[in-house]
Amino acid sequence: MSMPLIFEKSKPGRKAYSLPELDVPKKECPDVLPDWAIRKQPASLPEVSEVDLVRHYTKLSRRNYGVDQGFYPLGSCTMKYNPKVNEDIAALSGFNNIHPYQPEELVQGALELMYEFGRDLCEISGMHEASLQPAAGAHGELTGLMLIRAYHESRGDGKKRTKVIVPDSAHGTNPASAAFCGYQVVEVKSDERGGVDLDSLREVVSCDVAALMLTNPNTLGLFDENVVEIARIVHDAGGLLYYDGANMNAIVGIVRPGDMGFDVLHYNVHKTFSTPHGGGGPGCGAIAVKEILTPFLPVPVVEKHGDRYTLNYDRPQSIGKVKGFYGNFNVMVKGFAYIRSLGAEGLRKVAETAVLNANYIMRRLEKYYHLPYDRHCKHEFVIDASRQLEYGVHTNDIAKALLDLGFHAPTVYFPLIVREAMMIEPTETESKETLDAFIEAMIQIAQLAETRAEKLQTAPHNTVVGRLDDVTAARRPVLRWTPPEK
Amino acid sequence: MNYVPHTSEDRSEMLKVIGVSSIDELFSDVPSEVKLHRELNLPAAMSEFELIKYMSGLAGKNTTTDNMVSFLGAGVYDHYVPSVVKHIISRSEFYTSYTPYQAEISQGMLQSIFEYQTLMCELTAMDISNASLYDGATAIAEAAMMASRLTRKQEVIISRAVHPDYRRTLRTYAHNLELNVIEVPFKHGATDIEALRDLVSDETACVILQSPNFFGCIENMALAAEVAHGEKALFVACVDPISLGILAPPGEYGADIAVGEGQGLGIPMGFGGPHLGFLTCRKEHLRQMPGRVAGETHDSQGRRGYLLTLQAREQHIRRDRATSNICSNQALCALAATVYLSWLGKQGIKEVAELCVQKAHYACEKLSLIPGFEQKHEAPFFKEFVVKTPLKPEELCADLLEANILGGLPLGRFYSDLSDSILVAVTEKRTKEEIDTLCRALEGLV
Repeated sequence: MSMPLIFEKSKPGRKAYSLPELDVPKKECPDVLPDWAIRKQPASLPEVSEVDLVRHYTKLSRRNYGVDQGFYPLGSCTMKYNPKVNEDIAALSGFNNIHPYQPEELVQGALELMYEFGRDLCEISGMHEASLQPAAGAHGELTGLMLIRAYHESRGDGKKRTKVIVPDSAHGTNPASAAFCGYQVVEVKSDERGGVDLDSLREVVSCDVAALMLTNPNTLGLFDENVVEIARIVHDAGGLLYYDGANMNAIVGIVRPGDMGFDVLHYNVHKTFSTPHGGGGPGCGAIAVKEILTPFLPVPVVEKHGDRYTLNYDRPQSIGKVKGFYGNFNVMVKGFAYIRSLGAEGLRKVAETAVLNANYIMRRLEKYYHLPYDRHCKHEFVIDASRQLEYGVHTNDIAKALLDLGFHAPTVYFPLIVREAMMIEPTETESKETLDAFIEAMIQIAQLAETRAEKLQTAPHNTVVGRLDDVTAARRPVLRWTPPEK
Repeated sequence: MNYVPHTSEDRSEMLKVIGVSSIDELFSDVPSEVKLHRELNLPAAMSEFELIKYMSGLAGKNTTTDNMVSFLGAGVYDHYVPSVVKHIISRSEFYTSYTPYQAEISQGMLQSIFEYQTLMCELTAMDISNASLYDGATAIAEAAMMASRLTRKQEVIISRAVHPDYRRTLRTYAHNLELNVIEVPFKHGATDIEALRDLVSDETACVILQSPNFFGCIENMALAAEVAHGEKALFVACVDPISLGILAPPGEYGADIAVGEGQGLGIPMGFGGPHLGFLTCRKEHLRQMPGRVAGETHDSQGRRGYLLTLQAREQHIRRDRATSNICSNQALCALAATVYLSWLGKQGIKEVAELCVQKAHYACEKLSLIPGFEQKHEAPFFKEFVVKTPLKPEELCADLLEANILGGLPLGRFYSDLSDSILVAVTEKRTKEEIDTLCRALEGLV
């Protein structure tokens, strides 16, 4: 059934709010605000009671699916369990009711947390210094590339180095971030093992390259064994290496981007370090860099002097600011709590178990679905629907059928180099029983594809709405509610 | 502590299915020369209780506004956050979900985004809204880049009375795209429109003004928009959404793009983030709008539903030709704003704005009566104003801390020409008594 919008529940005169009475002498409008500054037409916000409001959004929440509802194997998104204790900690008044411009001596705890979190992120990545300012992964990418640009400019090389190399398997944010950093994007092909094709790489690398962006393991879930050689090729040409940390969950405690030869990386704290995705954000795209890039980090930088923590704005070579204030602090609180609760051994176990889980599902599904790259995967893997396509069943049909069976779907149609791709990332927090149930569902769907394709083609059947018409939505966009004409 | 559910039996069964004898074998493709052959150097793991104790210790080292009366604003405000907001955004169906890519099981989030978009359109009186951006600073940068794409021009004019962090962020972004950022001076607290008129030309992509501006002053946005449009430049309005309960919205004065910081809409100050960037615009600019957007549609049975639409603008489809690189946004903060605005409703938003205006004007008048203090700017203001002080502002604010008062923001670090002044913010939470206490404390200091 269709669910009314909050606006459709509005009734003039009803209210949920309560505000204090005005306790200062009231001044008439013209005395305080000139007529030209006043709003003519009031904003039609809904008028509802508090109980209506609560029921409306509670109902909406029940039409939503999160990690707490069930398995969420969305590749490249690391939908692991979000520990409750971290939510409690992040809700402490000491982390919420503080203003970013309070004097430093009144926010020593917040600054200490940021400093320590930054140090932890450097240790985990093998880097020298961190900045917590970027708000999300893509924001971290953009910031990291700006540092690379500033580095080349500082060497008088800025005008010459105009290209950023991005593998064809990369996340869409990589080329987009490079473009928004003013770079020309050069795509490099993948080889038959799913890694960067070294010959193609050598062809495109020259003295006009500013950087190579690499996700390793990549979006196929495969670790690029040639990473040392790749780094050498790029560095020899004077370029720098950017590490997209979206897939850090596969390697924490096992191998570090800094040791692989990367010069800068971003973390998705909301992936690797368990902070919830909030339906699409907020995240934290903290970056960490090698020493050569530290002069260019955004301001302010949190520093420790003796027992005192300070915000240093005096960094003459800094790129400036990429965001207001210091970043998504409340997300940092949760990510830091996670790192400190797990410790070194716990973090390594995260990577090991994430990889174990992914390989287990992959091996159990390979009889039923085509596996384009048959190697040990890391934390995720890609299968495709080429076998099911023979019966007219597409990846999207399989995804929708999974919804009917109570699971979230994998990431679909990505990476772009695999037709009908399904990218499956189970994460380490899922038990063997959960994985088995998902595997059974996938097998059931593979069998249905052969016998009752139409059931899949019309899925989902058990959700609050059926498959939605995305073509009409894009052709005739309705992007806001408008009151019915009277 | 650990959230891995595997027993050793599970592990060996799984390894057997995979056909390897150890987990290490699964990492055999990582070259040994780069592997970390030691444990990470991190402090020892903590149990849940130890963690709470440690983290509460850190939280306890911060002095909160629970224990101080705050007159600090400057882009982050101590507005009241109603209980319902916290309860709704704590529903784990919302906060543990990802971006709603699978629409049929994400109707809750998608409908709330659609409601958010409607609310932001209503509030700003604009046609369309995206699903959120990171914050006010990056929203300005996105708006400037959007205007540059729309006009195919490289010059951005921004008032010097726009928040310093926003301008600095804009300059960082602009540098890479070779956008030329020009600042217009202010006079008596508001943008110098004559100076603006001299600067705007047919090279200008957009003019950006903030109202109320960094000093709390209300700008003559209609006039600025007219000046911009006179040279076919777009006009970008950066606004405080709370102010729109009473002040003219961007749509009423001809703005092409409206942006701003939505922290005041039910989001804690939280040391500066996560907050909420918003962007609304005219519908003819839809295809160049950055960020996600939810749209209404139907299923095969005619049931109304919502999904992420117009994704051909976005990075995962368009890659290096996308309208922005943004992927994750501030969805949960947008949900907070949605609940907050629905809690306030049509009357409440007016009342909050009215309370801010009245209390801020009372405070300004009382402060100006103290010998040596005077209101710096003559332009009309909303909930924030600049006061010239007879003592060094930094020392004054430090002294006020003794009385548990966060007295405002000394402006010298942002504007050397205002090093004798503080910026004072008064929200609906401040009482007459608190304002009087501030004044008495100041009287005691001079």
